[in-house]
Amino acid sequence: MRTAIKLAYRNLIGAGLRTWLNVIVLSFSFVVIIWMKGILVGWDHQAKNDMIRWEIGGGQYWHKAYDPFDQFTLAEAHAALPAAFQTEIENGNLVPVLIAQGTIYPEGRMQSILIKGIDPGQNLLALPTQKLDTTPDAIPAIIGENMARTNKLKIGDRTTLRWRDAHGTFDASEICITAIFSTNVPTVDVAQVWIPLENMRSMLLMPGEATLLTIRNPETIRSGPGDWKLMTVNDLVADLEAMIKTKSVGQSIFYTILLLLALLAVFDTQVLSIFRRQKEIGTYVALGYTQREVVWLFTIEGAMHAVLAAVLAAAYGLPFLIWQARTGWKLPIETGDYGFAIAQTLYPVYSAGLVISTTLIVMLATAVVSYWPSRRIAKMNPTEALRGKLQ
Amino acid sequence: MKIIKMKKILVFAMAIFAMASSSFGQDADNMLTKVDRNMSSKNRVFESTMIIHGKRNTRTVTSKTYSEGNRKSFTEYLSPASDKGTKMLKLEGQLWIYSPSADRTVQISGHLLRQSVMGSDLSYEDMMDDRKLTEVYSAKMLGEEKMDDRTTRLLELTAKVTDVAYYKQKMWIDAERFIPLRQELYGKSGQLLKRMELSDVKNIQGRWFPMSIIYKDMLKDGSGTEFKMTNVKFDQDIPEYLFTKAALKQ
Repeated sequence: MRTAIKLAYRNLIGAGLRTWLNVIVLSFSFVVIIWMKGILVGWDHQAKNDMIRWEIGGGQYWHKAYDPFDQFTLAEAHAALPAAFQTEIENGNLVPVLIAQGTIYPEGRMQSILIKGIDPGQNLLALPTQKLDTTPDAIPAIIGENMARTNKLKIGDRTTLRWRDAHGTFDASEICITAIFSTNVPTVDVAQVWIPLENMRSMLLMPGEATLLTIRNPETIRSGPGDWKLMTVNDLVADLEAMIKTKSVGQSIFYTILLLLALLAVFDTQVLSIFRRQKEIGTYVALGYTQREVVWLFTIEGAMHAVLAAVLAAAYGLPFLIWQARTGWKLPIETGDYGFAIAQTLYPVYSAGLVISTTLIVMLATAVVSYWPSRRIAKMNPTEALRGKLQ
Repeated sequence: MKIIKMKKILVFAMAIFAMASSSFGQDADNMLTKVDRNMSSKNRVFESTMIIHGKRNTRTVTSKTYSEGNRKSFTEYLSPASDKGTKMLKLEGQLWIYSPSADRTVQISGHLLRQSVMGSDLSYEDMMDDRKLTEVYSAKMLGEEKMDDRTTRLLELTAKVTDVAYYKQKMWIDAERFIPLRQELYGKSGQLLKRMELSDVKNIQGRWFPMSIIYKDMLKDGSGTEFKMTNVKFDQDIPEYLFTKAALKQ
């Protein structure tokens, strides 16, 4: 085994530029696969973390009619809060949110939005709701950067908000923007206005009602009473996970092509070696090697491309991957309108599992494509091989 | 003796005032009934031109509408070319739109109802609520006003039911023809939300009817939307199949 490795190494180095071209292409596959997978893992971590901080906390209770993807349900998705929740609401462990549809008129343009009522004193979510505690002569409102940008609204701006109450009667009032927050979670930002919960309840004639409640501590989670259904963090991030999984499948097609190109080069090298080194193969057999051992020798030689590639990838890839983990990858297009949690700059996260699994996959694939052409050696006539006759 | 006389005068004056107020209230309600009689019919067929004044340009949309009572209506857009063939069906509080380019029928509901119809000052929601005024509002006479050369009675309508789109309305009603010439729609807080100017009142089949209405969303910029009706016919024989979803694709 040791001799085989030594021989394989000498042969590889002896092949010179041909070996190094293969190794460079293969090392490129290593770095790109690890980086791309790292970006997806980083996005997954970042998005979930942001969603927990800004929107879903440790889980939520939803009114049974509430479906965030079906606006038709919103008019019915509200109910008085059950007595079982009162103590936890008072302790700040449950944050009720009331949601209704509305229209704002920034600069005289009509814009459909969601009005969300939240307790200004809450500290569970990262929303700057303390700014809703100010008392201008209009309803205080906070909005996200995306909403502010698309509607050209600034802090201190006033605009008219129109809504329909529980009975469908229109009313309108002025709101004053008291804060603009920056978030990567569009589901708390795009086309939404946050106002104090009690104002909203009295505007909509829905005293003591809410559409959903956010839970602080996931350990206190229990099934929701009556009209309320429990949504755990896993339920709430399921769509994000499904989307990342889809992206991951799409991405794997890209790096499969990249890997195939590199492996094709290794395969070609192996075929060429066996074709050109028939005398050498015959000599090995004449020296007492079994044909199986010669196949093994050539397979190790081919697979060693992956080992050298891993070393080379570590040499230039490690600094690159570390630099990326620190500075992140700034997406070249605006992500605010995507409709799902994604930061403008994604920071890749590389786990040991990711690096080890990628290395193993590349090495195994290289070993397979090295073994494939080497099988011919087993069928060679050693005497003919020693004479260098083509077989 | 003097005190008793004074009391009698006071009681008499109060009785006169009460009678006058009640008669004003009755007048207002009667007037509203007459308005309903003019504006509502068993069914109605008309062609219309909607002129939408935007910030930069003006668009004209023509359509033909068949309506039955206040629950069913079918509209087919005739021009411009981009909207031609678009059909809209309203049935008992539900609204569907058929788009010929996509060959799809879409139900308009939720926040989509708040969108404007073809970019006008009218939202789909405005088109949905058209119950008789007397069913929804109690009226109070505020006085008399001259509007152009017509004498109008100014009525303040306050919702007497809860499920009404506009809690308060001010309505200037032509004192002779019992047709509103101006309507202002208010929110509960007193905010003016929409204004309608009705004109070109004609007598059609024995009833007065405004052929031109200017809608203005008071919260929105722009000069409003003109809605001009032509060829209005009441109490026609409208085939029942027109008020079905199947008719949208025909």
